[in-house]
Amino acid sequence: MEFLSYLINGISLGSVYAIIALGYTMVYGIAKMLNFAHGDVIMVGSYLVFIGINQMGIPPLVAIIISMVACTLLGIIIERFAYKPLRGASSLAVLITAIGVSYLLQNLALLFWGSDPKSFTSVVTIPPLKLANGQLVISGETIVTIVTSTVIMIGLMLFVNRTKVGNAMLAVSEDKGAAQLMGINVNYTIALTFAIGSALAAVAGVLLCSAYPTLQPTTGAMPGIKAFTAAVFGGIGSIPGAMLGGVLLGIIEILSKAYISTQLADAIVFAVLIVVLLVRPTGLLGKKINEKV
Amino acid sequence: MALLEVMNVGIAFGGLQAVSQLDIKLEKGHLYGLIGPNGAGKTTVFNLLTGVYRPTEGDIILDEKNITGKSPAKINQAGIARTFQNIRLFGEMSVLDNVKIGLHNQIKYSAFTGIFRLPGFKEKEQEMDYKALKLLKIFDLDTVAQSPASSLPYGKQRKLEIARALATNPKLLLLDEPAAGMNPSESEELMNTIKFVQKEFDVAILLIEHDMNFVMGICEHIYVLEYGRIIAQGNGESIRNNPRVIAAYLGGD
Repeated sequence: MEFLSYLINGISLGSVYAIIALGYTMVYGIAKMLNFAHGDVIMVGSYLVFIGINQMGIPPLVAIIISMVACTLLGIIIERFAYKPLRGASSLAVLITAIGVSYLLQNLALLFWGSDPKSFTSVVTIPPLKLANGQLVISGETIVTIVTSTVIMIGLMLFVNRTKVGNAMLAVSEDKGAAQLMGINVNYTIALTFAIGSALAAVAGVLLCSAYPTLQPTTGAMPGIKAFTAAVFGGIGSIPGAMLGGVLLGIIEILSKAYISTQLADAIVFAVLIVVLLVRPTGLLGKKINEKV
Repeated sequence: MALLEVMNVGIAFGGLQAVSQLDIKLEKGHLYGLIGPNGAGKTTVFNLLTGVYRPTEGDIILDEKNITGKSPAKINQAGIARTFQNIRLFGEMSVLDNVKIGLHNQIKYSAFTGIFRLPGFKEKEQEMDYKALKLLKIFDLDTVAQSPASSLPYGKQRKLEIARALATNPKLLLLDEPAAGMNPSESEELMNTIKFVQKEFDVAILLIEHDMNFVMGICEHIYVLEYGRIIAQGNGESIRNNPRVIAAYLGGD
């Protein structure tokens, strides 16, 4: 019973990683860049929800929607002003810019909202679910997180595979040049990808802060890195890969915390990543790249 | 007024003048060939016409509109579609989805409609499926519509590229070596398909091809390119007997 409870917590944390990892993997698939500022969009989204609920008294759901819209705009603005001018530049230049944007967001948050941690009030009001005569208790946050993540993942899969706009994204990620010659506006498609990724980041931020209620300017950094790990773990560029990688990473993290060591949990997570990459360099669901000889 | 008028177009890569003083005039609904020895600049001409390269001089006019320097996506929307010398299908997507990518600008709905499946979404997607399948049928590809494009045999991949290009509803279709790697019976079949497409879709076609029987067999007017310049043009017979063309291919002075 204890194990089951840890497993469910792991799936819950993992689904949040998965949602964040989707942002990394979609942007990587389409723009071939690692958007290291993605984690900090989570933080901005969480602060906006916090301010909306605690300082302005907006109902949680409305605050979340406002935060999603704001993060969408933030994602588009970052892409437009920081990354778009570098299209075609070396990937190292783009990577360093992304790190720069990440620090910029963290320091702007520090400037606006101060360094003292805010205590985030959970947006979830559902009572915990008691199963098996109260031996297994699943918190409302866990339920909401798992349900929301599942809906988002199914929705995203449907959008990408079953709509023409989503198909255009797949086409651009496979062959940008050919897609362009078929009349697809590549700049629009890339901006849309950033928009969707950032909106998901806002949701992930709320779910994360509801479960771990400390909010400070560096809140997004660690989940960001872990979600990036999850994306690589699952095979970067692959959407199902990011989902699988995220959930597995969450489970490994929680189980290591429970059974091995709380301090070593993160080390174990990253060690597993190293082992996976040694055995399968392209990640769990990543494509095998056949080099032409 | 001609469908496509290329006037004095040239492009230089650094010090290398790849194409110069290019003049081409294509009429609506006709079949044209572009031939020349290896490295003459034929694919560069295609890249200039489709906006992959921006000409360093000259003008390209499509249907009385100047499209010089426009983006590849804009030029495609204006009415030029192409296939590639080395096949560039979206290999991991299904055959049907490849054609639907071509329909991207023919049937429109917003990303927002797609995400939230607003009214109209389903009809639009069904309309796309219907149109795409109709196109696939012409190329005998409707039975493999759900297979990944990369799983098709070579000849069918070439056909699918043509179907995908046609889906963008072009006025001018550029085919880069459509018969490359095909055996005689396959290229014979392709010839018939191209003739059929020209009539059925009322589209002008300009094709690059090394197979002379193929070019002479279907092209009404042929341009010969050597060192980035047009050295001859005319019908098959006049090209075959043109001493400059023979010299370009076989060497000589």
